[in-house]
Amino acid sequence: MRPPHLQPTLIAIVIVGGAFGTAAREALSLSIASIGSFPLAIFLINVVGSFALGLLLEGLVRSGADTGRRRNVRLLAGTGFLGGFTTYSALATDTDLLLRAGDIGIGILYAVGTLLVGLVAAWAGIVIAASTHRRRNNPGVGA
Amino acid sequence: MTPLVFLALALAGGLGAGSRFVLDGLIRSRVTSSYPLATLVINITGSFLLGLATGLTLSATLAPEVQLIVGAGFLGGYTTFSTASVESVRLVREGRYGVALVSSVGMLVGAVIASAAGLLLGGL
Repeated sequence: MRPPHLQPTLIAIVIVGGAFGTAAREALSLSIASIGSFPLAIFLINVVGSFALGLLLEGLVRSGADTGRRRNVRLLAGTGFLGGFTTYSALATDTDLLLRAGDIGIGILYAVGTLLVGLVAAWAGIVIAASTHRRRNNPGVGA
Repeated sequence: MTPLVFLALALAGGLGAGSRFVLDGLIRSRVTSSYPLATLVINITGSFLLGLATGLTLSATLAPEVQLIVGAGFLGGYTTFSTASVESVRLVREGRYGVALVSSVGMLVGAVIASAAGLLLGGL
């Protein structure tokens, strides 16, 4: 049996999710205006995507083994959609362009702000999925 | 943006995500390290290439439509911010603070430098 990353069906699942995630990112970045020179759309996309991926992956890990339908959901929604929805290259290049334009403060705020708020968002997603799962498995606790 | 460019951009993003999935698996199967090296390699190479594509576009070597499809499409789908965030938080939760710092701050600094090198090479 080939490893997952060499199975055509699984690669196709990631491609489909990635195409929809990229389309959603582009649609949002066309409709959310920047605040001054601050790239608000990509900031929001990366923060929301980090929260959603934390929630999804932690929920899946706690619901059972990474096989069959559960793995397909992870590859379609996680690796594909949310991986394609969020982006690191735009963060890096937009930061460079801000710094080169002399917008040093905004450039640093954008890069460091995205990193920190993204980490808090991923952490919140993981913690919410973990506590939801615990409650579901211990209905008497805290009731 | 024309509907055709938007469609091509989305498809390119799918191919970028598929490339990330395959490369991630290849790196993980060859490098036995508990450090999430694959995401670092993917995000730094993708940032360098976006810097290069952007530099080539701003110096009028590359058409803006190509920049959208390759940059926002393929490279946007290839690189990922959400995985980097989740991996860093997992490392912190495991108490591996040094590795978490590399996978968060180190990746950001590396990607910004790689993209700046791409911009320079692209003629900006």
